[in-house]
Amino acid sequence: MGLLDRLDNPYEAGGIILGTIEDVLNWGRSRSDWYLHFGLACCAIEFMAMNASHFDFMRFGIIPRATPRQADFIMITGTVTLKMAERIKVLWEQMAEPKYCISVGSCANCGGPYWQYGYHVLKGVDRIIPVHVYVPGCPPRPEAMEEGMMKLQKLIDQQAIFRKRQRLAEEEALKEK
Amino acid sequence: MEITEIYNKLKDKFGDSVKDLIISPPSDAFIAIASDKLFDICLELRDNPEFDFDYLMCISAVDFSENLEVVYHIYSMNKKHKVILKVSVPKENPVVPSIERIWRSADWHEREAYDLLGVVFEGHHNLIRILLPYDWEGHPLRKDYKEPETYHGMKVPY
Ligand code: SF4
Repeated sequence: MGLLDRLDNPYEAGGIILGTIEDVLNWGRSRSDWYLHFGLACCAIEFMAMNASHFDFMRFGIIPRATPRQADFIMITGTVTLKMAERIKVLWEQMAEPKYCISVGSCANCGGPYWQYGYHVLKGVDRIIPVHVYVPGCPPRPEAMEEGMMKLQKLIDQQAIFRKRQRLAEEEALKEK
Repeated sequence: MEITEIYNKLKDKFGDSVKDLIISPPSDAFIAIASDKLFDICLELRDNPEFDFDYLMCISAVDFSENLEVVYHIYSMNKKHKVILKVSVPKENPVVPSIERIWRSADWHEREAYDLLGVVFEGHHNLIRILLPYDWEGHPLRKDYKEPETYHGMKVPY
């Protein structure tokens, strides 16, 4: 799907890429995601390694932002306590559309080690905001976070921009058949 | 100074308020104390140059079904000796005098013990929850605590 993949195609090589405007727009969107990092616990420590030179998260074209209003996606890394959950919801609502969420680590996915006796832990951040990519692990290795980021890029690449409603309706109709 | 020496000196001064010295290795030896004289004993430990305890390391609380126990780890930077005090109070009325005016580090420790186990520290200037939200109900580290079904509309159990 990626625009640059087409350069490998012998029929389209030679400096010319044929594609739709949507492809170009999505290519730009998915390769320059700005993010809001919501670090909560040990997973955020692993995320520091992700950001440092060894794994270099910024090579995905992403830039950390200090405010939700400039962010395209939010990274929830760590244990979401009930006290913090309300703040996450506020931040999520402050982000401008289109917005995405990556949930990193077992805690943010489903409560992690606190699933049974964590009286103060929200068992999965998807109970309060929609999650687009789940990264499993306790904590996930930086490679897993990279994989999560690539999944998100793929998701953005495939999104409809023009004639959105019509196409969604067509897809629905296809599904029903 | 050894803990037996500290114990004997305190016993001479405060009598029955200083209850027992319990030595059971490998655990650290500790002195059991009646809650009403706790403030005076701590003040003595800090201000008597023989003891010179200038550092409160930790306050913890433990739930023993009928009783709540509060544990004080106190250290002297100059004399390099250490003492452990334990105060036991009934669960229906868990009131312990605050020693926040003696060692300021007790401030947040006492708030934590209040927050999680519901020990009430009398004389604390600002005894409010420190970790949980202010509108939380109950004290979660008590053995008979039941976690809520929902909190602000969020489901709590898995
Ligand atoms: S998933 Fe594991 S490493 Fe990540 S925040 Fe939870 S306990 Fe920490």
